[in-house]
Amino acid sequence: MSPTHPGPEAGSAGPEAVDAAGLRARTAALLAAHDPATTPRLDFLRARFDAGLAWIHFPEGLGGLGAPRALQTVVDEGLAAAGAPGNDPRRIGIGLGMAAPTLLQYGTDEQKRRFLRPLWTGEEVWCQLFSEPGAGSDLAALATRAVRDGDGWRVDGQKVWTSSAHLARWAILLARTDPTVPKHAGLTYFVCDMTDPGVEVRPLRQITGEAEFNEVFLTGVRVPDAHRLGAVGEGWRVARTTLMNERVAIGGSGASGAPGETRETGMLGLVTDTWRARPELRTHDLHQRLLGLWVQAEAARLTGERLRQQLRRGRPGPEGSGLKLSFARLNQELSGLEVELLAEDGLAYGDWTMTRPEVVDFTGRDAGYRYLRAKGNSIEGGTSEVLLNIVAERVLGLPPEPRTDKDLPWKDLPR
Amino acid sequence: MTPPPSAASSATAPDLLYSEAEEDLRAAVRSLLTHRGAPATVLAEAENGRPYDAELWRSLASGMGTAGLLVPDKLGGQGATAREAAVVLEELGRSVAPVPYLTGAVLAVTALLGCDTAEDAVAAPLAALAEGRRVGALAVPLTTWPGARPTETVRAAGRRPLLSGEVTAVAGAAGSDLLLVPADTGLYAVDTEAEGVRITPVTSLDLTRPVARVTLAEAPGSLLAGPGRARAAVDAALLTGAGLLASEQLGVAEWCLEETVRYTGERRQFGRPVGSFQALKHRLAALWLEVASARAVARNAADALATGSVDRAVAVAVAQSYCGEVAVRAAQECVQLHGGIGMTWEHPAHLYLKRAKSAELALGTPGRHRATLARLVDLPGPQD
Ligand SMILES: Cc1cc2nc3c(=O)[nH]c(=O)nc-3n(C[C@H](O)[C@H](O)[C@H](O)COP(=O)(O)OP(=O)(O)OC[C@H]3O[C@@H](n4cnc5c(N)ncnc54)[C@H](O)[C@@H]3O)c2cc1C
Repeated sequence: MSPTHPGPEAGSAGPEAVDAAGLRARTAALLAAHDPATTPRLDFLRARFDAGLAWIHFPEGLGGLGAPRALQTVVDEGLAAAGAPGNDPRRIGIGLGMAAPTLLQYGTDEQKRRFLRPLWTGEEVWCQLFSEPGAGSDLAALATRAVRDGDGWRVDGQKVWTSSAHLARWAILLARTDPTVPKHAGLTYFVCDMTDPGVEVRPLRQITGEAEFNEVFLTGVRVPDAHRLGAVGEGWRVARTTLMNERVAIGGSGASGAPGETRETGMLGLVTDTWRARPELRTHDLHQRLLGLWVQAEAARLTGERLRQQLRRGRPGPEGSGLKLSFARLNQELSGLEVELLAEDGLAYGDWTMTRPEVVDFTGRDAGYRYLRAKGNSIEGGTSEVLLNIVAERVLGLPPEPRTDKDLPWKDLPR
Repeated sequence: MTPPPSAASSATAPDLLYSEAEEDLRAAVRSLLTHRGAPATVLAEAENGRPYDAELWRSLASGMGTAGLLVPDKLGGQGATAREAAVVLEELGRSVAPVPYLTGAVLAVTALLGCDTAEDAVAAPLAALAEGRRVGALAVPLTTWPGARPTETVRAAGRRPLLSGEVTAVAGAAGSDLLLVPADTGLYAVDTEAEGVRITPVTSLDLTRPVARVTLAEAPGSLLAGPGRARAAVDAALLTGAGLLASEQLGVAEWCLEETVRYTGERRQFGRPVGSFQALKHRLAALWLEVASARAVARNAADALATGSVDRAVAVAVAQSYCGEVAVRAAQECVQLHGGIGMTWEHPAHLYLKRAKSAELALGTPGRHRATLARLVDLPGPQD
């Protein structure tokens, strides 16, 4: 896209302006050129990306305008009002929330050009090949090996809990390139082609009955060096960008603190709807607990709102690290309360059939599903215990635990 | 006084941050308090039998002009809002300073603002309080909550009214110059020096904001507002007081967390700082998250009161449901994680615990405010 994307009716705002008025003009121009009623969905999404209205805080040419992120709602609301199709974030959460910010920060120009557009439109689904059977919270201990092989790399190992691997075209992959140095220093970050014949994806059935995640076996998988993200041995630094974004993405979704949220959304809204609609279910005990959770959810929402206001002023506070903790706890307590509130209906469960879902929706399906799925909220993307460690050490500056594993070469660590 | 709700104010999102002017105000108050309100001084003040630190109050109230923050310029005040008063209260909470700010500069002042300020009988005492020349107190039990059914225990009789009756657990009464007394026929101003006024200090749980029993035996009062307006004025004062108390509770919690993090990072046992034990780290990290959330809800309440948002009653009820418990938890953790020294009279932790626990009861317990919320946000209980 040319840097001066024309905005015919931009008026006084001028075509380059990326304030609210300029964005409204650009949105109107997009809608005028590509009527959502007649334009095929994918064509519309591509045109939106090319107009810089996909994620306006991304740079020009990569789906954005280098504009303040807070103004994205101006575009989103304008497009939603016109009935424009969306890119269904529930299908491509890992691409949007984790791969994209990492590509943006560490990718080469070539990589950004190749990957970001189909990632955003949803043409290509992404997954995250980080966790392994022997490396979860201690991710840096992972054992999957990547060995130089001509102008590329050969990857062997096993990954686990890989959400969306069964749908994915690409993966962000963390592998060990040097076992002779301490564990954090020997990692490199790659983009892995999930259609490579050496990639085998097997479903892992979850407590909800379905298989949202998978185990992934990597046998002699070829990764060209052009698909390396960041320098060799710099994988941990790159991965931290991904993990930070993952926590914000999970913590900011649903019940607490998503942008522009009003009261009683997400899990809380489901419970309060039932509460008002079915007075016969109310008890004093549930009433007290509901009011307590209502207050906590409202506090979490306002904390998220305050964090966003700080970001807008360019002074991010450390509250972000805490949001995922509140989000997980609230989701779990509210969904537990909902099952109890439903009385006899709480004894039923929608469907145990093993399926491989296309979307992840924490607040979807029935109360029993929500109760069970919420258990994952305090595990995925860093467990609550690990997040508390991070807050204690990085935010409060409390002294670290004594550790024996940081300076030994990875190959000499006890396993 | 909270201005009437307007459509415009309800539409805008609350500003949960601090403006530069607010940060400047904070810096000025904090610098005064570090010089004059160090914990040892606070403890000495609390023990000397005087109801508050008069010298500190003078610097804060008239010197810096914080007594009149909520009062419009033309009525002798600073023409600021609840947002600025909240910042002052955060700092006063951080230092558990024994000064009658919440009781005098918030509750009493707001009650007067709810009366007809065009009347000299109202405007004169209001200006005196705003300028810090006199100290006022609203004569209601500190446990009274916004929306509580009024239970005036004082009767007024005669054409030049004489007031009789008793009000218990009044905070800020001892040492005040002017009592605002809700009576059966309206709200009255009573000079504490006048005949028939007796203020009996109660040995209080909170050493830095003691309560007292007010006894009136045919004490002369001057009418500020008739019964209807008086009740509205008192209720508005209680709402503002409750909303701003959340900021004081935030300050209390913040000090307790910071002090405990500092101490556990230094104190060594088993060959390492006790703050490196994960059992303590997790507790402190969880507390940090609660304090961060308390800041958001307290800011929300202050902003709602400042803008007269239609949502202010909800914002206040949320803040009071949340912040009181956070302050108590922070103070309790502070005592526990200090070990033996936390249990001493010498260490300031107890001043914060006593303030936090009393403040939890003040202007409505968290449970009361949750009951209010149930009504406000339409979540009725089983029998309603
Ligand atoms: C629904 C779901 C989806 C997921 N999707 C993906 C994905 O797409 N890609 C991917 O790579 N991974 C994914 N994960 C994996 C997830 O990141 C890991 O499960 C998580 O990091 C924990 O690792 P672990 O399972 O090995 O548990 P462990 O690390 O073995 O933890 C076991 C227990 O020990 C605790 N613990 C561990 N270390 C400490 C410590 N230092 N201090 C205190 N307590 C500690 C943990 O909190 C936990 O309670 C997913 C997980 C779930 C549940």
